[in-house]
This record gives sequence, C-alpha cells and structure tokens, in this order.
Amino acid sequence: MTINYFEKDIIALNKALANKEITATEVTEATLNNIDKVDNKLNAFIITNPEEALKQAKVIDDKQDFSHLLTGIPLALKDNLSTKGIQTTGASHILEGFKPVYDATVVEKLSQAGAISVGKANMDEFAMGGSTETSYYKTTANAWDQTKVPGGSSGGSAAAVAAGLVPFALGSDTGGSIRQPAAFNGIVGMKPTYGRVSRWGLFAMASSLDQVGPFTRKVLDNAQVLNTIAGFDEKDSTSSNEEVPDFTSKLTGDVKGLKIAVPKEYFGEGIDSKVAATVKAAIAQLEAMGATVDEVSLPHTKYGVAAYYIIMASEASSNLQRYDGVRYGYRADDVKNLEDLYIKTRSEGFGDEVKRRIMLGTFSLSAGAYDAFFKKAAKIRTLLIEDFNKVFADYDVIVGPTAPTVAYGIGEEVDDPTAMYLADVLTIPVNLAGLPGLSVNAGFVDGLPVGLQIIGKPFDEATVYQTGYAFEQASRLFETLPDLAKDY
Amino acid sequence: MSDTTISKEEVAHVASLAKLAFNDDELVQFTTQLGDILNIFNTLAEVNTDDVQPTYSVTKNVNHLRNDIANNWEQKQELLSNAPLSSAGLIKVPAILDGEGE
Amino acid sequence: MGTGNFETTIGLEVHVEMQTNSKLLSPSPVHYGDQPNENTNVIDFGYPGVLPVANKGALEFGMRAALALNATISPYIRWDRKNYFYPDNPKAYQTTQSQTPIGTNGYLDVNLEDGTVKRIRIKEMHVEEDAGKNTHGTDGYSYVDLNRQGTPLIEIVSEPDISSPDEAYAYLEQLRQAILFTGISEAKMQEGQMRADVNISIRPYGSKEYGTKVEMKNINSFNYVRNALIFEEKRQAEVLRSGGVIQQETRRYNEPTKSTILMRVKEGADDYRYFPEPDLSPVVIDQEWIDHVAAELPKSAFERQNDYVSRLGIEQYDAEVLTQTLAMADFYDATILAGADAKRAANYLIGDVNAYMNKHQVELQETKLTPQHLAGMIKLIEAGTISTKQAKQVFEAIMAGEEPEAFAKKNGLVQISDPDILLGWITEVLDNNPQSIEDFKGGKDRATGYLIGQLMKMSKGQANPGIMNKMLLEELAKR
Repeated sequence: MTINYFEKDIIALNKALANKEITATEVTEATLNNIDKVDNKLNAFIITNPEEALKQAKVIDDKQDFSHLLTGIPLALKDNLSTKGIQTTGASHILEGFKPVYDATVVEKLSQAGAISVGKANMDEFAMGGSTETSYYKTTANAWDQTKVPGGSSGGSAAAVAAGLVPFALGSDTGGSIRQPAAFNGIVGMKPTYGRVSRWGLFAMASSLDQVGPFTRKVLDNAQVLNTIAGFDEKDSTSSNEEVPDFTSKLTGDVKGLKIAVPKEYFGEGIDSKVAATVKAAIAQLEAMGATVDEVSLPHTKYGVAAYYIIMASEASSNLQRYDGVRYGYRADDVKNLEDLYIKTRSEGFGDEVKRRIMLGTFSLSAGAYDAFFKKAAKIRTLLIEDFNKVFADYDVIVGPTAPTVAYGIGEEVDDPTAMYLADVLTIPVNLAGLPGLSVNAGFVDGLPVGLQIIGKPFDEATVYQTGYAFEQASRLFETLPDLAKDY
Repeated sequence: MSDTTISKEEVAHVASLAKLAFNDDELVQFTTQLGDILNIFNTLAEVNTDDVQPTYSVTKNVNHLRNDIANNWEQKQELLSNAPLSSAGLIKVPAILDGEGE
Repeated sequence: MGTGNFETTIGLEVHVEMQTNSKLLSPSPVHYGDQPNENTNVIDFGYPGVLPVANKGALEFGMRAALALNATISPYIRWDRKNYFYPDNPKAYQTTQSQTPIGTNGYLDVNLEDGTVKRIRIKEMHVEEDAGKNTHGTDGYSYVDLNRQGTPLIEIVSEPDISSPDEAYAYLEQLRQAILFTGISEAKMQEGQMRADVNISIRPYGSKEYGTKVEMKNINSFNYVRNALIFEEKRQAEVLRSGGVIQQETRRYNEPTKSTILMRVKEGADDYRYFPEPDLSPVVIDQEWIDHVAAELPKSAFERQNDYVSRLGIEQYDAEVLTQTLAMADFYDATILAGADAKRAANYLIGDVNAYMNKHQVELQETKLTPQHLAGMIKLIEAGTISTKQAKQVFEAIMAGEEPEAFAKKNGLVQISDPDILLGWITEVLDNNPQSIEDFKGGKDRATGYLIGQLMKMSKGQANPGIMNKMLLEELAKR
C-alpha cells in the first residue's frame, strides 16, 4: 500500500476512506513509511509517534464514521504544540525528553475530528528564527532544494507538507513563521486573525502576537482545516467570541469587483527584483480576473521590524523565564545553589538565538529602557494598526510578497541576526495588527517558490481565502511538483 | 533623544537579570550584536508618538472571566513525575540561600 | 511621636489571602492544610503553553475590600507581570495590578488608645497572586509546595501616615477587623492569611525630606510588627545620633531577641521589569457591577456597633465584643431577627457562648448552635415557660444541637404558670397543713417556706415560683 498526497487532497482521501477503498490504518502506515523513506533528505520531523497514531487509526477503523472530513487524515504538529504523553520540545535542549501532561486545544479539536498526528515537526528553537536552523535537534531542508533552508520558524511543518509527507500540518506564526516557510516551500500557509484559534497549549513566544494556523498544498484544504481548529476557547482569555463562518464559503474562483490594495512599501528596498516581478505578475493576473488593483501606502511599515523585535523579545523574555530547571525539563548538574541552578540550566539549555532575544527583551523592559523601547514600540504598533485601518476602509484585501527573497542556502544567514530580522519586514506588520495573512505560491524564481501574501480585515479569513483560491485555480501552480515527488 | 547603545557591563547586568551567563568571548560577541540590533531599535525615535496611545494587545475581549468554581484537575502525580527531583510530594531544589531572590 | 529628636514615618503593605473557592488564574481549589501539591495543575506549575483566566469571584472580593476601605474602584484594569525568579514563583512572574490597581485613594479611620481617631490614607489596593511555599531543609535542599501558588491576595498599601509602632498596631488590628467584616477572609495570622511588609524611616523634627527606608517583609503577627518597629526606631535613632547613615536595606524580625537582623542591603530599586500581561483580557468595571457587589457587602463592625447601641440599647462595650468577628455579629443579628430579646441574646453570646467556645477551642460556626435555637430558648425564658435555672440545662442542649422547646418538654423542664393548676395544688397543700396556716397567722415566716417546699414537691419543681408565691399569699390571707 502506498499513498501520494500530491495526487489526493483531503476531500479525495475522505471519499476513499468513507467508501472503504482504504482504511485509516493503511493511510497511517503508508504515511509513516513515506516519512521513513523520504525524511532523511528533509529532517522535517523531530519525532514520529507511530504507536499512538496506529492506535488512533484502529479506533477510527472500528468506528467507521467518516462524517468529518479530517477523520483518518494524517498530519504533522509543530513541536511547540502540547501533546499529552508525547515529547514536545519547542526544538529546545531545555525541553529534551519533556512529555506534557495535557493537549493543546487545537490538538484536542483535531483529535476529536479523528485526524491522526503522526509526528512532531522541526522548528526554530521556541519559534525564534526564520530558517529552522536554530533547532537544537536538526537542520531541516527545503522541499524544492535540499541545500536551501525551508524557512521558519515552522520549517518542519512546511517542508513535510510540501514534500508530500502529510496532507496537512499545523504551525504557529508570531512574525511570519507560517507564511514565510509556506512561501519558501511553495505551499499554502494561513496565519488567522489574532484570537481566531485558541493558543491554549501553544508554547508561548510572544503572547500578543502568536497564532496557530494550517499548512496545506491547496487553499480548499487549508480552509477546511481552519474550519476545524478555529473558535472560542474559554481557556484562552484572548480567544475571540466572533462567529466562525465556513471558510470555504467564498471559494468560487471569482474575484470580480474585489478591491485589492498593493502597498508601495512592500516593493521597496531589499525586495529581490525577481521576487517583486513574480508577485506583480500574480497581482496582474488577479486584476485580469476582474479585481480592481490600486497602489496604497502603509507609511509606518519600515518601523515594523524594530517595534516587532522589541515587543516580541520583551514578551518572550518573560514567557521563557519558566524554563528554570525546577519543575520540568532540563536541569544542569553539579550546581552549588539555587542561583547556580538557574544560570547553568538556562545557559546550557538555550541556544544563541533564544539567548539573544531574551537579552533584548529583558533589556527593553528594564528600568530606564522601558519608555524608550517597550512603550515606544507599543505606540508604533498603534500607528501600524491605523495604517491598515485606513486602507481597509476602502479595500477588501492587501496583497504583496510574503518574503523579500526566495529560500537562501543553509548556513548563509543564521549568524547574522540583523539580516535575518530585517527579512521579516513584510510579515511582521500583520502580527502587530492581529490581521489574517495567507501565503500562496506566486510562481518560481530559479526553481524556488515565491510567496504571494494576502492580508485581510480582522476575522475576514473567508475573503483572504477567496483571493488565494481564485489565483491558485487560475495559475494551477500546484501542478508543478518538487523533485522529491518522484520518490513516491 | 540620543541613541541608546549598550556596554559590556550593561550586557552583563541584563544577563544577570535574565539568569544567563556568558564567558568573555560570548559577552563581546553579544555586546556587538545587541548594539547592532539596538541601532535598528533606535530608528523608532524618529517617529513622533506624543499623542499616540500604546497598543499592548489587539484582543477586543474584556471581562473574559471564570466563575469562582473550584475544579481539581488531579494532575499532581504526572506533574511531580516530570520534576527533575522530588520527594514526598514536594519539588526538590538546591538550598535557597538567605536573602536570595525576592 | 518618635524617639528623642526624631519623628517616625511608617508605611505598611498588607497582604490578605482571599478565601475564594478557586485560585486567581486557575480553577484549582484554594484550601489550607492539604497534602503538598495536592491543589495544583498545569497552570499552577507554569507548564509551557498554559494560559490564565481570571477568577470573577476574586475580583469581586477585591472590590469588597476596596469598598470597605473607602477606595475608588478602577473602571479599567489591565493586569501586569512582575518578573523575578524564585522556586515558589513558577512562571517567574507574578500577575498583579501595578499600573491599574483595583482600588485607589482609600482610608481607614483608626481609633487610637488616647481616644482620638486618626485617618490613615490607603494609597492603592491590588488583586494579585500569592506564591507557593518553600521549606528549607537541613540536607542542602529546599522543598517547594505550590498549593498556595495562585491564591488570590488583596494587597493594601498605606500612605506614610503612620507615625508610631502603636499606631501601626492599631491600624493593623482595625484593618483586620474591616477586612473580616467584608467576608472575604478570616485573616488568620497564624495561618499566614494576613501578612505585613513594613517600612520605617526616621528624620529630625522639622525636616522636610523623609529618612532612608528600612524594609521588613512578611511579618505575620501584629505584636511582632510593633516590636520590630520599636526596635528599628531606637536602632535608627542611635545610628543617626552617633553620626552614622541609615542604609536602604531589608531586615528580618527576630522574636527571641525582639530585634531586627540585616538581610541584605539594596543597591537601587529592584528591577522587576513590570509590563502589561498579554495573556489576560482587560477588566472593565461599571457602576452597575460595583452596586451589585456593594449590595452583597456585609455591614461593617462600626455600623453594627452604632446600630446595636442606638436601636437595641446595648452597651458600647458589649457591642464591641459582639463585633469582634463577623461570625459573631452575623449570629447576633440572626438571633435578634428570630425574635430574641436583644440584651439577653447579647449576654448569652458574650457570656455562656464565648465561654463554651473557649473551653472547647472552637469557632462559633463550628458549634451546633443556631440563632433560631438561641432565640427559641430566650423566648421560653421571656415567656416564663422555663426558669433561668432550667435554662442552664436547655443551654447545654442547644449547644448540642437540640431544639429548645422540644427539649424542655421532653425533659419536663416546662414551668407551670396556669393559675387553675396552681390553685388546685395550693388548696390541697393548705387543706393538708392546718398547722402551717396557724403558724403563718402567728407571724412565723418560716411557715411559707415549708408550704412552698410542699408545693414544689407536688409540682415536681415545675411550678412557676413567682406566680405560685403570690397566689399562696393571697390564699393564706383568705383562710
């Protein structure tokens, strides 16, 4: 039995399961086999959990209820989503071997739907990075070119989906960590509106920015996964009561009359010209399909990176204080006293990028720096939100590139934090404003995918998906497959 | 406003607040890197924000509260089994010196 | 006040544990005395990925405290994080309300020993989390119990209006009483439910600038607070007189020597890196909510004392005794409501009931006594149904949970006051004792005593002695 997720999307799999052409156990086994065979080229998974996955598959086969689309469908979880009894590390040494005692709300929702998690996907340590190279465990490769990074921080999730190892995966996005790896791997990645998806069980990086979202190869599948994981959660005080619509409702392929804004700042300095050209061509296609396209300005965009890194690092420095070697996770040996325990555990347990951000955040919050940094950044955040509000008064979506470049070579940027931070300029404002943002494949530059980013009004994921779907169906870029597809 | 830069001593002080330790080489490297990043941060000073309210969260939620009903999730055993060191239901840590911490 | 040529300035930060059912940010039970870590979950342990949800009941208790201390309740609360590492602080930040306290600008009018009243202003009040407990072993380890972690506290910060150790003591006592009467805490010092951080400085009289503050944290007895302050007042005066300088430092009170010991010298302010808590939603408090909480707030001890004196005619001293605890005052109110005579009810509670509680070392609410039973007994006495002597037996019974009237009947404790019955007995006794009638007429007073004895025997002690006496004399006169 083999399975190929390049050929079968979620609806096709559901049909096959419901018609007993295939069993959930067979799907799970085939998926685990594929991972065994292919993942040595990618290193997308930190661990797989065959035992639990097959156990769950058997329960599903016994029940034979495939009324939910995701029942029996395998997936990968980013390794910062809490899974009861299954190692969850945030790709950090400080949580090596750590087995949580509870499930994240999204994990619970997927499990109730009957979706089967086959493993925990690699990521940047505590989601800090844009290349998955800061993982303590392994370096993940891009699905299209294994000498390139998969992007990050959800690089494992993105690569696994792009390489056809799983039909979908969950990631998290604090400053672009879903959209940018989706762009680098030529797939669909959605960062929902802040509050749309529960954060309960997501290992926090920056609480006011983090959101969980899905990776899929196609827009329809993506909307279906979001249908399952979205919604109010009483355990998350920032989770929204806003009604959850059917996110597939506007997937008609039609964008006639849709008002698209294109910020001139998103094509400014630092944006690779070939990337810009590819994205512009995609926008032209949308225009040709009947959308209206206007250039607009988001004047505070260039301050986004600084504001973001201050706010993110400040919140992260506080959120990561709990990793102290006292109650769980790594504890350093040979310590003289409590202070020594704290310092040794944290200095040995965290990698450089995490330490850098903890330092930046601790500094930004410290007496004397608070007003000039943390509070100032919070005010800039207000200005960025106002920029978006002005544009959204007249437009339905904002469209531009997801990342300034295509995937770069492994090892090229990891030691240059400022370059890496500046590369987040296009994705960061969306998090600061809490908006939904989608990346779909816009085309290829030198054989590597380029991301088209579609940004919507708060809680208007449906229109964002509508735009992405129309482009995807017209461009049919999903028919172009990475070389890895030949391995199946 | 003059730009904020950071010295090796300040980096060492921030490290002590964050319970991190760096050797001398690391300290030099971090000081340079943090200085570069602070240069980016300092660009914010260009923007006049005198009349701007800060945004600390975009949540529209208010009064997301829980009624005062006790519910023991019965997680004690699992929690303690994850602790690196425990004894008689208590988490064990190296002796706290008098006056340390709070 | 002060010492020699110095005047003293004292500030108090009092923490009171609020006795909600569940913790401030997690649904784990708030309960004292359980096995270590029994009342903990992933939130209390600060697990990766957990999120807090604030307890509405804790906020309402905080509002009660603010109302009782005449504070303004903030219309908008945004929680803050206070960052510091310690094993009893699992997230390494405490959730508090540093920027938007639930209450500001309150006060407490404190009765001082010289009969004057001093208004101590309260700067602000915060609802925040308590920490867990560290126990320091002798084996080179410390042991952490997180049961208490997350228990809601109300922190009450005074303005530096207190100028002597005695004033501090009076403030603490009366603050405790004010808190008790909000019903949010029993504020038991020995269980750590009420703890005080104190700071004290002295300065030469007339000096405009405050002296350097010395802090002492977590003192859990009012006497210790007073002793520590008395010692500090003297120590600081001696330092200054000998030309020394007071250092900004944290000291610890040592009861055996009644002195304070240096713990650490502070170098500048601690850097707690406060910032707004992004994991909690803001709290908006409108007037309607405040009114709702105010309607549930029990009347203060002061209001009740005035009421007892003016409406019920109780002595001021007795009124104060009745309002030492909320339980006693509530019990008294309920007893009056059940129809008991106010003075008799007061006397029983202050006398017999208090004696019972002391003897058995129990709280009022731990006894089986109910206001209905106490009122029932008092009504039996008032109606002459039982004698005060019989009431002693009935009291024992109601303390054991029995219904007074049923008990009195069952045990033949009912007094007989019916004139027809009494007349029958008197006639019979007089008919059987002609000699005694003669003796009475001959002026021998003893004769009545004998006749009464006979009557009590006949009535098995149930005859109402007052009425019987009167009737006997009337009948004797007729013979």
